[in-house]
Amino acid sequence: MDYFLTEEQQMIVETARGITEEKIIPQRAELDEKNEFPTSILQDMAKADLFSIIVPEEFGGLGCGCFEIVLALEELARGCVGVATSFAASTLGIFPVLIAGSEELKERYLPDIAEGTKWAAFGLTESNAGSDASGIQTTAVLDGDEWVLNGTKQWITNGGEAQIYSIVALTDPSKGARGASIFVVEDGDPGFSYGKKENKMGIRSSATRELIMKDCRIPKNRLVGRRGTGFITVMKTLDVSRPGIAALGVGLGQAALDEAVPYAKQRVQFGRPIISFQAVLHILADMAIQVEAARAIVYAAARHIDSNPKNMSKASSMCKVFATDMAMKVTVDAVQVLGGYGYMKEYPVEKMMRDAKILQIYEGTNQIQRNVIGQELNKEYA
Amino acid sequence: MDILVCIKQVPDTKDIRLDPETNTLAREGVESIMNPFDRHALEEAVSLKEEHGGTVTALSMGPPQAETVLREALSCGADNGVLISDRAFAGADTWATSYTLARAVETLGGFDLILCGKQAIDGDTAQVGPGLACRLDLPYVTCVQKTREVTADSIQVERMMDDGYDILRLPLPALLTVVKDINEPRVPSLKGKMKAKKAKIEALTAADIGAEKQFIGLAGSPTQVVNVFSPPPRGNRTVFSGTIEEQVSQLVEQLQPYL
Repeated sequence: MDYFLTEEQQMIVETARGITEEKIIPQRAELDEKNEFPTSILQDMAKADLFSIIVPEEFGGLGCGCFEIVLALEELARGCVGVATSFAASTLGIFPVLIAGSEELKERYLPDIAEGTKWAAFGLTESNAGSDASGIQTTAVLDGDEWVLNGTKQWITNGGEAQIYSIVALTDPSKGARGASIFVVEDGDPGFSYGKKENKMGIRSSATRELIMKDCRIPKNRLVGRRGTGFITVMKTLDVSRPGIAALGVGLGQAALDEAVPYAKQRVQFGRPIISFQAVLHILADMAIQVEAARAIVYAAARHIDSNPKNMSKASSMCKVFATDMAMKVTVDAVQVLGGYGYMKEYPVEKMMRDAKILQIYEGTNQIQRNVIGQELNKEYA
Repeated sequence: MDILVCIKQVPDTKDIRLDPETNTLAREGVESIMNPFDRHALEEAVSLKEEHGGTVTALSMGPPQAETVLREALSCGADNGVLISDRAFAGADTWATSYTLARAVETLGGFDLILCGKQAIDGDTAQVGPGLACRLDLPYVTCVQKTREVTADSIQVERMMDDGYDILRLPLPALLTVVKDINEPRVPSLKGKMKAKKAKIEALTAADIGAEKQFIGLAGSPTQVVNVFSPPPRGNRTVFSGTIEEQVSQLVEQLQPYL
């Protein structure tokens, strides 16, 4: 379907597609097998200016929005959701600075982000604070001209690989969620270290590590926005980043369809290509319907968000749920169409199925998204 | 270091067909791309520029639509694109092409290094690079798999051989043709694409480069194509079936008489 992209948007799609076809697809199976971070591919993305998409022009970026990031992520996810997640997590990690950071912080970080010479990560989750993010225990105490951070962040994408970390910590623990603030912690800051790399079911090329802050001292000016506004910034960050995760679902679903249809055309059983059996053909038709419907809602939500509406949470959550549930279903179906071959590592669909699962879990589980949508409905029909 | 890269627009050979009536390539509906070897030459030129400074100029001879590959070259980091295009160039073989390119290089002037792909994937002759070097009386090395030390007046390169590689040093200016092993070409960047879209591609005609009529196009081409054909598929195929173990033992059985 034609989504009437501008020439600039078309260029973004083509550039990301070039990275996917020339750099990601030839390496994805090996990166997955070896649990290896795609450093050189991210460097290729940097050379192609993909990291500059969301950075404002005055800091050396292209000044584009949520929709353009969605277009890039969809193409990258056609190649590998693990690699695309590493790229998406860097975008997620810098959003707090973009949304609420001082000019000083923007000048310090955004040019390097735009160049792709530094990558970012977002540190919210802790062992006891997942869906209930208000349960975080990491603290930040002001000591003279420095903040002192203590605590451990868990399952942080790009942990140990990024140079710039947006860390959520309690500055006034007695105030609960209203007592949280965001800080930028840099790789190499005193008292900042990494835990072991997690061994995951899918997206294995992405790096997931603990971030450990033990009397981690950082300059006072690394506070992002005002003290106590951390959770507001977190919510705004997730509102603009979730369509990106939804786009990973669309790209992955498309990739699964792109494997399943040609296979069904060439696989002969009972003397006929299996695509000529209605049982198979209907699976493929349903896959195509769902991929296209997901793409439509993701593009619509991203465009809605770029219009800077008062409330974007519902649209953001709806597209995340729909597109990631779709990706799970469609990748399972692709494995079914390929049958025994689909279950083998020689074919890419088993990896796609493993990669799909995380999309329903990270950046807010799909159950939490439904809570958000429900709360908004409750308000709308008050 | 000012570098010139010769680039040819070619039909994508993923989808090649021959017209049996006319003995020519069927170009209708076939996508045109930058000759893959030339992408590697361009990447090497841009990397050398990034390391040593200077400029990269992309040069192509072809019909007006060949401008597309020059814009692609700009989006990959070339500074200028020059198209030499004239109806009089039509039908040029490698002899006439190397003459024409040489005239263009002399007109543009002042390059320290000329890079070409080893060969174009449509004609596969590998003659234009060396031909151009001879016309310009430049030292040249073909099949370069690596550029090594670069100084103000020399370059050291590795030439791919069947049994390893040679290390050679050339005085500059010089010409190199490159193989695919030399680098991994970058994907055109977003900012490069935007710049390339707006850039002006310089267009030169036969008169602009002072090319003499008898040496260009069909008139200047001694090559005559007698016949072009697709080799007939070989017969006598055997497809084995059964488990892998069974198939392997059948294969070994078939090969036994020749072992």
